[in-house]
Amino acid sequence: MTQTLQQSLATNAWESRSSRRRLWLIATLTLLVLLCALSITVGTRQVVWTNLFAALGGRIDNIDQAAVAVRIPRTVLALLAGAALALAGAVMQGVTRNPLADPGILGLNMGASLAVVIGVAWFDVGSAYAYIWIAIFGAAATAVFVFTIGSLGRGGATPLKLALAGAATTVAFSSLVIAVVLPRSDIAGGIRSWQIGGVGGATFDRLEPVLPFLIVGFVITLLSARRLNSLALGDELAAGLGERVVLARATAGFGAVLLAGATTAICGPIGFVGLVVPHLCRMLIGVDHRWLLPFSAIGGACLLLAADVVGRLVVRPSELDVGIVTAFVGAPFFIWIVRRQRGREL
Amino acid sequence: MTLVRESRRSRARRHGLAVALLTAMAVILFALTLSLGQSFTPPVDVLRVLLGEDLPGVTFTIWQLRLPRALLGLLAGLSFGLGGVVFQILLRNPLASPDIIGISWGASAAAVFCIVVLSLSGPLVSVVAVAAGLAVALLVTVLSFRNGVGGTRFILVGIGVAAMLESAIAYVLSTAPSWTLQDAMRWLTGSLNSAQLAQSLPLALVLAGCGGLLLTRGRDLEALRMGDDVAAALGIRVAGTRAIVISAGVGMIATATAATGPIAFVAFLSGPIAARIVGNSGSLLIPSALVGASLVLLGDYIGQFLLPGRYPVGVVTGALGAPYLIYLIIRTNRSGGSL
Repeated sequence: MTQTLQQSLATNAWESRSSRRRLWLIATLTLLVLLCALSITVGTRQVVWTNLFAALGGRIDNIDQAAVAVRIPRTVLALLAGAALALAGAVMQGVTRNPLADPGILGLNMGASLAVVIGVAWFDVGSAYAYIWIAIFGAAATAVFVFTIGSLGRGGATPLKLALAGAATTVAFSSLVIAVVLPRSDIAGGIRSWQIGGVGGATFDRLEPVLPFLIVGFVITLLSARRLNSLALGDELAAGLGERVVLARATAGFGAVLLAGATTAICGPIGFVGLVVPHLCRMLIGVDHRWLLPFSAIGGACLLLAADVVGRLVVRPSELDVGIVTAFVGAPFFIWIVRRQRGREL
Repeated sequence: MTLVRESRRSRARRHGLAVALLTAMAVILFALTLSLGQSFTPPVDVLRVLLGEDLPGVTFTIWQLRLPRALLGLLAGLSFGLGGVVFQILLRNPLASPDIIGISWGASAAAVFCIVVLSLSGPLVSVVAVAAGLAVALLVTVLSFRNGVGGTRFILVGIGVAAMLESAIAYVLSTAPSWTLQDAMRWLTGSLNSAQLAQSLPLALVLAGCGGLLLTRGRDLEALRMGDDVAAALGIRVAGTRAIVISAGVGMIATATAATGPIAFVAFLSGPIAARIVGNSGSLLIPSALVGASLVLLGDYIGQFLLPGRYPVGVVTGALGAPYLIYLIIRTNRSGGSL
């Protein structure tokens, strides 16, 4: 009697949770579609509906339609970049078991940026593929570097030590980026776009080379969800469950590096998306990575699209890079998480 | 007894020697900035012009170009060096310098807001910058307060605040009608390129006032270095001293930032470099100020004349400071010290 009752209670709880997840999934997907529509309709130039649909159909006959045609690749880029960064953040938080992990805060994005800038300025790198490889290399090298620094000394890689190492590396690299780019006025976009990321000026031609990298990154990270769930139990328990801990960490981490590096190669360093989104998603749907990872990807796309739309609206007729907007949203969130950390670790 | 006296005397001698050397270095760099530029001006001519003589060509170069730059660099360097080391001593952590925990960024954001949006100029900008710097210091303290101000938490909260303020600066600059690289460089990394003689006067006054105040508190600061409890046991009013010292430090940093922008890493580097030179032989305040001045003058000279292309001073000091920052993190982590 009691056993069946317990069973039915457990089934009920499970069902209610999964129905709630389904509900949230529908809600975020609706939001995503809405934001995509907003991102195409809203901008410096007011466009009437007939022109909008004409442009969506591929016609560029007048200025309004041309304006919309520019917004389409930009929307796609914001969508992809947001999803990639949030997914990278969620995976890094899982791999390092560190709530402060984010490709921006741990310095990966700035590392990728610095690598690209050095490649362009000193080694005359021109092709888009070379850009992306260099960015991924920079992100990977920075990840190894920051993780090594952060885990030196007593207690290994505590969240705060890791975050401090990452933040210091970001500050240091950002000043090196200026030093490398400043004498070279010919580098695309100049200093600003390699210090603060943005999605403006996107075209499908520029997007195309990065797609394979992003797809591989998405596949690797999404497939690692089950492994991340085991890792969350702690290394010993995960090993006891038959997980090869080092391998699991390495593959998931590689996927995250791929996503962060490839995104930085086209957008420049965008911070805090990977921090904010997974935390919010965890509050909504819980800690199961099989749900968390896809949810974070959708949430990240929503956040970056929203940030881009806001950036276009606040300083009309000029524009604000998304990197600025995400910092305004993300930095208070970062401070909030730092405050929540246990006093013992400080 | 004689042993103690002997060692005390030798420490005083070392301290005096270090201060003399650092002063000489700052003076030499100052003189160098005055007489070396696109063309060489003999020091004798520089002196004659400074004393009021009118030499064709040279007078303009000195009074309009080199003196404002050299003077502002000297004063800003002294301010950054002194202000930075005060924070590092007070919080007992080299990472707690005002350019890392956001105070310089607060002053810079306020200054750029006043200049770009409100089109103010002159001393009012400095006043607002000082107020903003103090507000940021207070904000970071309040946000990181939880059963006392934890070291690492304080720095991380400061880094978060700094990231937001940096974005705010970028935002204000993007609303400016004419957004130039020159302006951006000044407010994001610091530059002496727009130096004017009139800027030096308020900075000199603030430096004299706040610096004097800090030097009179030098002994209390030395005690605070050993920990709040020890300082309290030695009869120092910890909270009061801390409030005075922070206000004076922020005052100097913010005024200097309003004039030159937050020259990257000078506040952060001066203290540790001075500590290496002076060792354990006495107060760090004056040596750090002198190191700061030397760093700014040297960085400006390198950026202008020794590199291909012209860099603002903040880029040079930033590139020098970046590796050191990483080295410092590695060293602190390895020694197991709680940051």
